[in-house]
Amino acid sequence: MSKLKLATVWLDGCSGCHMSILDMDERLLDIAEFVDIVYSPIVDTKEYPEYVDIALVEGAVASVDDEKKIKKIRAHSKLLVAMGDCAVAGNVPSMRNPIGPQAILERAYIENASFQQQIPCVVVPQLLHKVRPIHEFVKVDVFLPGCPPSADTFHTALMALVTGEPLDVPALTRFGA
Amino acid sequence: MSETITIDPVTRLEGHGKITIQLNGQGEVEDAHFHVTQVRGFEKFSEGRPFYEMPSLMARICGICPVSHLIASAKACEAIMSVRIPHTAAQLRRMMNLAQMVQSHALSFFYLASPDLLLGMESDPAARHIFGVVAAKPELARAGIALRRFGQHIIELLGNKRIHPGWVVPGGVTEPLAPAKRDEILKMIPEAYANIGLALGAYKQIAESFAAEANVFANFPSLFLGLINEDESVEFTDGTLRLIDSHGEIVEDGITATRFTEVIGEAVEPYSYTKFAYYKPLGYPQGSYRVGPLARLNIAKSMGTPLADVELLAFKQLSSGPVWSSFHYHHARLVDMLYGIEKIEQILTDPLILDKHVRATAGVNRLEGAGQAEAPRGTLNHHYKVDENGLITWANLVIATGQNNNAMNKGVLQAARHYVKDGKFSEGVLNRVEAVIRTFDPCLSCSTHAFGQMPLVLSLLSQEGQVVDQVIR
Repeated sequence: MSKLKLATVWLDGCSGCHMSILDMDERLLDIAEFVDIVYSPIVDTKEYPEYVDIALVEGAVASVDDEKKIKKIRAHSKLLVAMGDCAVAGNVPSMRNPIGPQAILERAYIENASFQQQIPCVVVPQLLHKVRPIHEFVKVDVFLPGCPPSADTFHTALMALVTGEPLDVPALTRFGA
Repeated sequence: MSETITIDPVTRLEGHGKITIQLNGQGEVEDAHFHVTQVRGFEKFSEGRPFYEMPSLMARICGICPVSHLIASAKACEAIMSVRIPHTAAQLRRMMNLAQMVQSHALSFFYLASPDLLLGMESDPAARHIFGVVAAKPELARAGIALRRFGQHIIELLGNKRIHPGWVVPGGVTEPLAPAKRDEILKMIPEAYANIGLALGAYKQIAESFAAEANVFANFPSLFLGLINEDESVEFTDGTLRLIDSHGEIVEDGITATRFTEVIGEAVEPYSYTKFAYYKPLGYPQGSYRVGPLARLNIAKSMGTPLADVELLAFKQLSSGPVWSSFHYHHARLVDMLYGIEKIEQILTDPLILDKHVRATAGVNRLEGAGQAEAPRGTLNHHYKVDENGLITWANLVIATGQNNNAMNKGVLQAARHYVKDGKFSEGVLNRVEAVIRTFDPCLSCSTHAFGQMPLVLSLLSQEGQVVDQVIR
């Protein structure tokens, strides 16, 4: 049997979910017996593959780039997993929503800068007005809350998804876990 | 006709980044940039929150180095409370910060950089990752996984959670160290020594074969900034900052967290959401400097632990003065890790390490406070203002990656000019340009705490999809 194709994607988050995946430590090597990591910050693929079996997505959708990415991921992935509280519910990145961009922007690049105060706008992506969780843009198949979900949660969930065994998420993790 | 090469995304990097290389009509490299493309806004949306929430909120800036944010943030809060934390709390925090440094450096060296170093810059990109290293060099790859586990497990033992532990709080820590946990950490130490020894040995064997890379991987004079103790030994959690020039002369010394923003400014460039820190008296960009493992080892006169001191001496043989090439960040990172393991072992022998008094309490006694610490990748400063109820009214964060931003951009340009000839480039060439960024181990999660606006970009594309003209406002 050929291995399943796994992608891990980082949108607007802190990378803590990716670190928690790495926290499986030596068990990562067991997971690698079942899957090939075809797209991830830890491999060198630049384009999202045509077909992916399982996509693990960390972070909320905050910029036009994130929105394009999540739509592309959905179109090319059989199973989409929202991993962590940012992907599931917006969490910390969405704390900017009530404030509105202008005030925040001036704080960072005008008030809290001492030279060439300006708003970056070359190559860097345009931000969406509100940061929103993934399911507001595309269909999500599995929600794995946690800040971040633990390595044990990832291990159990991934083994279940790979083998087709039932997955009892509430028994594994919760918001803020 | 001029052309732009875009590397998007830069991979095996902790965050969202792109590299663009601009070629002129002759195919020569005109310019090159490293773009950080994520932004969030912690400096603003923290306003109105109670100050004692700040450490656990600010930890969410970064899942790789949350402990450094926890510590810098708690120290800023303690300045607001005007308290000195108990000795044992300071020692326990120092241990957690070192454990994080070991795990983060293991991530940088083994998971992200070692595929280039052990498999080759031009090796098959489909296998150029940690699993490729596991297949080719299983013993080393497993040493790396174990070193990362060592650091993360100590964080979990101390703080009950590997990522974003809630244990570091304003005033100290929430829970003393239990004897059984101390013993468990001590039991892990011999394996960690064996693994870092293996890594240092392997690195020294291959380092010479990268002499050509070392020559063009951000190899230039600059200022360096890092924490040291009063005895001029390296420090990660307390101490004060020293700034040295490219020949090792002290430019500024004894920089406290409060004085940090008096001497360090931040400039903005239109092409990156990460700002560019500089030493104010020299201005921007002349006052640009580097932080992190290379800077720390260039500044410190000793590590303060016997095994790491031997390695520091060997490191300093690389140059008659400060080491200029960023390629040597890799080497410096391994020396840091050895020091971290030794220092953790030392801290555990402190007769007061199991003391139950680990938290000081106080309310708001000052309306402003700053805290600093070394993150694995360099100096971190948090600076807050509060109202009389302790609600945050203003926050400013200066993170490591912003302080290396100018050097990363100059380094990308230096390598691109060297490797891209006559407009020709292979995948391996572009990977070398990315590898320049990897030496710095930038944390783009950290650097994207700031926030940007919605720019309007109009692009005129040719039929082939090339950008012919662009208007930005």
